[in-house]
Amino acid sequence: MITGHQECAVPKEVYHKGPQVKEGMQYGEYVNNQASSAPTPLSSTSDDEEEEEEDEEAGIDSSSTTSSASPVPNSYDALEGGSYPDMLSSAASSPAPEPTPDPDPGPAPASTPVAPQPSKMAKPFGYGYPILQPGYQNATAPLNSGVQPSSTVYSGFQQYPQQYPGMNQLSSSLGGLSLQSSPQPESLRPINLTQERNILPVTPVLAPVPNLNLELKKLNCSPDSFRCTLTNIPQTQALLNKAKLPLGLLLHPFRDLTQLPVITSNTIVRCRSCRTYINPFVSFIDQRRWKCNLCYRVNDVPEEFMYNPLTRSYGEPHKRPEVQNSTVEFIASSDYMLRPPQPAVYLFVLDVSHNAVEAGYLTVLSQSLLENLDKLPGDSRTRIGFMTFDSTIHFYNLQEGLSQPQMLIVSDVDDVFLPTPDSLLVNLYESKELIKDLLNALPNMFTNTRETHSALGPALQAAFKLMSPTGGRVSVFQTQLPSLGAGLLQSREDPNQRSSTKVVQHLGPATDFYKKLALDCSGQQTAVDLFLLSSQYSDLASLACMSKYSAGCIYYYPSFHCAHNPSQAEKLQKDLKRYLTRKIGFEAVMRIRCTKGLSMHTFHGNFFVRSTDLLSLANINPDAGFAVQLSIEESLTDTSLVCFQTALLYTSSKGERRIRVHTLCLPVVSSLADVYAGVDVQAAICLLANMAVDRSVSSSLSDARDALVNAVVDSLSAYGSTISNLQHSALIAPSSLKLFPLYVLALLKQKAFRTGTSTRLDDRVYAMCQIKSQPLVHLMKMIHPNLYRIDRLTDEGAVHVNDRVVPQPPLQKLSAEKLTREGAFLMDCGSAFYIWIGKGCDNNFIEDVLGCPNFASIPQKMTYLPELDTLSSERARSFITWLRDGRPLSPILHVVKDESPAKTEFFQHLIEDRTEAAFSYYEFLLHVQQQICK
Amino acid sequence: MVFTFAAFCYMLALLLTAALIFFAIWHIIAFDELKTDYKNPMDQCNTLNPLVLPEYLIHAFFCVMFLCAAEWLTLGLNMPLLAYHIWRYMSRPMMSGPGLYDPTTIMNADILAYCQKEGWCKLAFYLLAFFYYLYGMIYVLVSS
Repeated sequence: MITGHQECAVPKEVYHKGPQVKEGMQYGEYVNNQASSAPTPLSSTSDDEEEEEEDEEAGIDSSSTTSSASPVPNSYDALEGGSYPDMLSSAASSPAPEPTPDPDPGPAPASTPVAPQPSKMAKPFGYGYPILQPGYQNATAPLNSGVQPSSTVYSGFQQYPQQYPGMNQLSSSLGGLSLQSSPQPESLRPINLTQERNILPVTPVLAPVPNLNLELKKLNCSPDSFRCTLTNIPQTQALLNKAKLPLGLLLHPFRDLTQLPVITSNTIVRCRSCRTYINPFVSFIDQRRWKCNLCYRVNDVPEEFMYNPLTRSYGEPHKRPEVQNSTVEFIASSDYMLRPPQPAVYLFVLDVSHNAVEAGYLTVLSQSLLENLDKLPGDSRTRIGFMTFDSTIHFYNLQEGLSQPQMLIVSDVDDVFLPTPDSLLVNLYESKELIKDLLNALPNMFTNTRETHSALGPALQAAFKLMSPTGGRVSVFQTQLPSLGAGLLQSREDPNQRSSTKVVQHLGPATDFYKKLALDCSGQQTAVDLFLLSSQYSDLASLACMSKYSAGCIYYYPSFHCAHNPSQAEKLQKDLKRYLTRKIGFEAVMRIRCTKGLSMHTFHGNFFVRSTDLLSLANINPDAGFAVQLSIEESLTDTSLVCFQTALLYTSSKGERRIRVHTLCLPVVSSLADVYAGVDVQAAICLLANMAVDRSVSSSLSDARDALVNAVVDSLSAYGSTISNLQHSALIAPSSLKLFPLYVLALLKQKAFRTGTSTRLDDRVYAMCQIKSQPLVHLMKMIHPNLYRIDRLTDEGAVHVNDRVVPQPPLQKLSAEKLTREGAFLMDCGSAFYIWIGKGCDNNFIEDVLGCPNFASIPQKMTYLPELDTLSSERARSFITWLRDGRPLSPILHVVKDESPAKTEFFQHLIEDRTEAAFSYYEFLLHVQQQICK
Repeated sequence: MVFTFAAFCYMLALLLTAALIFFAIWHIIAFDELKTDYKNPMDQCNTLNPLVLPEYLIHAFFCVMFLCAAEWLTLGLNMPLLAYHIWRYMSRPMMSGPGLYDPTTIMNADILAYCQKEGWCKLAFYLLAFFYYLYGMIYVLVSS
């Protein structure tokens, strides 16, 4: 039976179950036969295999279910030495185009944006902890004191002058000399918040450097991948409770790295009891034995490990790359596989209802896919498939040998089945022509559709069936509320409540259909990525569940329209480019281990928690961030260092099983002052934001807001009680926490948590999803945007990136008092850039950079800077390009004229100012002070 | 010594409480297994969820029996738990099937600790209740 109402270049077959019993039945049988005879790698035993995989990661100590079938080598003695063919093939095997900072915290390369600027937040250097656990015995550097006699060592060491913010210009050698006389570390310098007018430093805030000895500092994991909210870990839970600060880790484990040691060896050396990977912070007792830094078990050094392939010498286990780098990647052997590594499999599930066709996203998507088809990560086995849906589900047979793609329509959405399970996901290279034909035809196939319904739920069920034999990535494009079949949703938003200051309802899902589906998908190593391009309320709170629990990602384009909203279309196109070409890891698990005494409390991010420290990630991408809350179960009195290790086991798109290991080492302190000295305020804010999202969903938004304010009040009053000699009327914060109230205020004014300002429910939920899944660097910009004045960019302090000069204007505080009519300002909000042009802005700037003769002629909607051949244009553009690089979401640029209606968008980000519904920064400080005095 | 309806209620409650004690032990073991990584949270929730309503219904059932038997004191002692059960079920996470436990949040340390504590508290309550019912039954039998 052929449906005639759709014009389509592709021949169709329609399968009806139901009335045409005979045909349907036959078909069903055919499907069954196919299923049973298909050479699927995963059969009914998949669950057991799951278990085993877990064990492999977990090691011997975990479950008793591993029998002799488990390939985990229980004894390392049996393993012999081997060669190291692929050592340090970093550049070749992990290409990363972005100029991301070096993972090695050694001398920063020129591309590191922040290299020349010391931070006021950073921890001082020689302040200290007298005895640190030796990193390894053979090390010759002095371990007890942070200061070395030779001053030349420090020439490139940027932490030095950080102690003296007022003396930034001081040469580093001088800073080194006066170090010892410092009575109190800079990060503990008390600051009277209500009197300090310019609290925001002019340079970007850096992560504080843990107070370790120089050797360990050099070896420690880069703060871009791994950060802790407290760089000085309190000794006991009681001390942590006293400090009233959150303890947790912020992870960005799969970040694009420019340099990454890749290690191929027969044995991956791990602790036999806790399965920790060997890392720079273990100690070698002698040549043949090493002591695990997490569980303190003494392990043997395998014979193979004695040979160092870098220096080609024998008997120096401590010089091996595993022990010299805190971020390494191992090529895993078959012990770490349960099935042959899966190929890269991509399935696109596209909404083609009237609403979707009207919005016109299909053109953008097809175009992007056609352009990037060859750049999709994968090997010769890569498979791809397409499904479209409105009130029916359409499959596309792309089997090699067909003259053109064949469309198969399944109209029975209550009981979805796959018409031809074998030919729907096809090899990208064998069927490339057919795929290109389909992509070219797709935008025009449904132009006259009148179908307004959307059967998203059934389409997802079909996608799950299609993907479950292999696993892979499903990209779902949806433009409206699903209205048919399983998982249909009703509109829950009351537009009149958008600016209510009272209760914000419906932050949680309306149905658990999407969650269950995501869990099923996660079990079959399939991640679902959601692209929501909707002009109306689409219940993101429910839909997001499909990505949240399957380790997918969520993209949201409110009021997307190809023609009416070209900036969104451009954003989608750029985001898709990044999305399609970025690295991807399949069938991944991530385990986080920490020193005995600490334990994981709660995880934040997109994943499924499979056991107390194991996250199941069907896919991992370089833009995924995670947060972990920690608790101190046992006192850490008998140790001076704690370590955290994340191990991410994944299958690369080339079909290799790899393990990326990050290890972070932090000192333990016993006094409250030291805990405050080591606060990483940005990490703390990001963790608090994650906790607040959980609280808003499980309890209420106002609870979450109260909790945020209380976090400031409690921590500052706890700090106030530690210093006795100060005036009680003042609001005192240690220097390390001076930005804490500002950031919390920024959070309260963030879309996710604000009240009183009109916020669409989907926008709010999307902001919450982003808080949960964005890595720290991007999240911080969302919370506290950066404001720069750009009409007077100079080359002073500029950095050089790829032969381009990138000016580094100072940061301005987010207040209208900084905006002068004569200036032009750039605000970097993470997902959007605003350029505000003052009324009296210099005409030269307007002409040189914007290409308009004067202020009046600047168009209302301007979303790009023209490429003009002037110095100021070049500077502005290179600065903006530099800011854009490496963002997961390509920011849209808005040129906002003073007086234009769009300026409210810009002004709502000026968080230090008062709005009708919220405090100004100063009022907020007074409020906090009042609460403390109570 | 007459075998009254009240005595029958106590006997029934005695038997059912024994069953509830097993439920509570099962609950404690299950959460302990979760905590020590022996079980996948998804499987564990699938085995625990169908048991929640039967437990609550059994308890509600003998509460109703005590109501009919006009055993006010016993009923009063059971009311807090009944109210707790109703509250607990009303505030359960969004799910389509019966049950309380959501595999995506169950590994959250707070929830895990809460569930474990709940298990121990219930076990203690049921044990005390068991002996109370035994005493109640004998008392009713002797005094009538």
